[in-house]
Amino acid sequence: MMKTFSIGGVHPDDRKISAGCAIEVLPVPKTVYISMAQHLGAPAKPVVVPGDKVKTGQIIGEPAGFISAFVHSSVSGTVKSVGPRKDLAGNPVTHVEIEVDGDEWMEGIDTSDTLAAEVPADVQFIIDRIKGNGVVGLGGATFPTNVKLCPPPGKKADILILNGAECEPYLTSDYRIMIEKSRQIVVGAALMKKVLGVGRVVIGIEENKPEAIAMMSEAVRELAVSSPDYAGMEVMTLKKKYPQGGEKQLIDAVTRRQVKSMGLPIDVGAVVQNVATSLAVYEAVQKNKPLIDNTVTVTGECFPKQSNLLVRVGTPLSYIIDFLGGMPADAAKVISGGPMMGKAVSNLDAATLKGTSSVLFLTEAQTRRKPETNCIRCGKCAEACPMGLEPFLLNKLARNGMTDELEQNAVQDCIECGCCLYTCPANIPLLDYIRVAKGEVIRIMRSRTAPKK
Amino acid sequence: MNRLLVSPSPHIHSKTSTRSLMLDVVIALLPSVLVSVLYYGWSAVIILASSVVFCVLLEYLITKYLLRRPGTVGDLSAVVTGIILALNLPPTAPWWIALIGSIVAIGVAKMTFGGLGQNVFNPAITGRVFLLISFPAIMTTWSGAKGFIGGADAVSGATPLGIVKEGLMQGQTIDQIFAAHDFSYLQMLFVNIGGSAGEISALAVLAGFIYLLARKVIRPHITLSILVTVAVFSGIFWLVDPSRYTDPLFNLLTGGVLLGSVFMATDYVTSPMSDKGGIIFGIGIGIITMLIRYFGSYPEGMSFAILIMNATVPLINKFCKQKKFGRA
Repeated sequence: MMKTFSIGGVHPDDRKISAGCAIEVLPVPKTVYISMAQHLGAPAKPVVVPGDKVKTGQIIGEPAGFISAFVHSSVSGTVKSVGPRKDLAGNPVTHVEIEVDGDEWMEGIDTSDTLAAEVPADVQFIIDRIKGNGVVGLGGATFPTNVKLCPPPGKKADILILNGAECEPYLTSDYRIMIEKSRQIVVGAALMKKVLGVGRVVIGIEENKPEAIAMMSEAVRELAVSSPDYAGMEVMTLKKKYPQGGEKQLIDAVTRRQVKSMGLPIDVGAVVQNVATSLAVYEAVQKNKPLIDNTVTVTGECFPKQSNLLVRVGTPLSYIIDFLGGMPADAAKVISGGPMMGKAVSNLDAATLKGTSSVLFLTEAQTRRKPETNCIRCGKCAEACPMGLEPFLLNKLARNGMTDELEQNAVQDCIECGCCLYTCPANIPLLDYIRVAKGEVIRIMRSRTAPKK
Repeated sequence: MNRLLVSPSPHIHSKTSTRSLMLDVVIALLPSVLVSVLYYGWSAVIILASSVVFCVLLEYLITKYLLRRPGTVGDLSAVVTGIILALNLPPTAPWWIALIGSIVAIGVAKMTFGGLGQNVFNPAITGRVFLLISFPAIMTTWSGAKGFIGGADAVSGATPLGIVKEGLMQGQTIDQIFAAHDFSYLQMLFVNIGGSAGEISALAVLAGFIYLLARKVIRPHITLSILVTVAVFSGIFWLVDPSRYTDPLFNLLTGGVLLGSVFMATDYVTSPMSDKGGIIFGIGIGIITMLIRYFGSYPEGMSFAILIMNATVPLINKFCKQKKFGRA
């Protein structure tokens, strides 16, 4: 019996049309725009001023809080400006604009391809490298990795789960790195295993990626004989079902433990990291290379060329699009991320972030929402909800602003996976309303527990 | 430069729509429609056609002139109601019976509540029950239809359930009744002449059930819990006194149990949302059906049972929630 999560889920057509495209290195653009808000938490504080010369890998932003991260220059050149610029959604965010001049890297960064498989004995050294090189979670939330690897006192992990599910349709960047950089990912996992002090590492991959499963299993086997640091690691084949890669769903699938409402994975002894994060950890620790590039899938039936590109952080989307042949005439929506949870891009001049996994182009026919009709009470939304919620009910409560009832019916547990809206035969925009209501309810819950002033 | 659409996720939608679901129900009803047309001939064609036309037309006129809202006939739910209503009528019933049934089903049970999704009671059954109470003679006469195959023109006027009820009232035992009428279970499974258009072939209904399950239009909980309840309930009584109570197989194959449990009790709008709720709903229908069959004055109780349980759905929904992730 193949492992999967216990409740709900949907089966969208996986459309991995770029799966066969090996990772290509995208030439460095003339100008990059590096955002200071590339991670969950406080935006980084810029430490360069216009006119400064920077090298590739040089720190240009420092963490501005406990949950924050370093930001490095992804190119070498001259800082042109530091100031607000529109991000992918059109919101002004502080960016550092750098005019590219050559590609001179900082001292101490190993840019060779040689595999460095020896796990350092000093845990603090590993953590410092991860933090100092600005590694954040690349599975979507971009939570600073060093923070996630250091659980609060009293909480202890017993399992590290690497997320290689890539359950979103179209996305293939994780798939490509699992094939092309399997060993590096496994070394990254061993480094995190060392930091967490856990005995077991499970790499979860959906069944629709047999080649990735084979390559990763091979890498695990090969490294297991090399050193005891690689003991207790395994690849687990998971059923193809969305959202298999949702953090809570993945923990449930692998360990049969369910993270409680409003709880964290560490509460059930689990830490989940994306395979791309594991690769970044490898590069940060073993190569001392900051997180300045990442693999981006550029795809869509209407897009002329399917690709998986290694892109420097801060590359404008328009540059990527022009490089691949320009914007197709029938593309109606550009999405950063997958079609289920990705965000619609309103500004093509915006630059990529550390966590940009994909640029997806959809035609109007593929993405246009149909008019909402009466709820037929079919219950398909409740059947699809992986959190066991009742979207039809939450939708009604949300439209009537009934916050107490929303909380009783667990709107705060919603993971915004989109299964309800995806599945609704009456085209009711369930998640649109639920998402807003969830924000409101969580705000109320926080204000209740906050200390009285 | 392309004008970009910007909207919240998800950005894609499953192909399933209300219309596609209703179309699947229509397809699932086709075997029953086919059998009734073959065995009841032009009478069945007329009653099916008039029922569907009246239902669709009424919904169109009501949305356009009374409610002044965008039309909803495109969702095909009125077609489903029309077919199910027709399958619940004796094929020999006149066309105006279908008209009155449609007015009650669409006009009263469905549109007054706000159309599809808002109604408390299943429209087709509401129409049928109204007709059964108002025109008992027409609604229980099954003679005179001439089939395209088989000799349905010689049909006598009662269903197996009616014959049994009649016999018991006259003091006969089940054995005596069965001996006098030569009931064949094999015939009931394939085609059992004597009954509403949709009741006559158990196999045709089961074919539709399998199609609905395969297409994931319905889940099996409601249907199976009704069938199991009917079997268990009648089994207990039959074991206690086989001379007064009919056996489980007879109860499953006759009357509206199959048609009702597959196509009417599973109506999305008027059945519970959760699987657990569906099982309670199904058990309720099974028990009420058998109580009416064994102890009521009507030979058949399926329609009444479904209507009664329809009324309990909001309560069932309130108490039967599915298990939430990470909550005990």
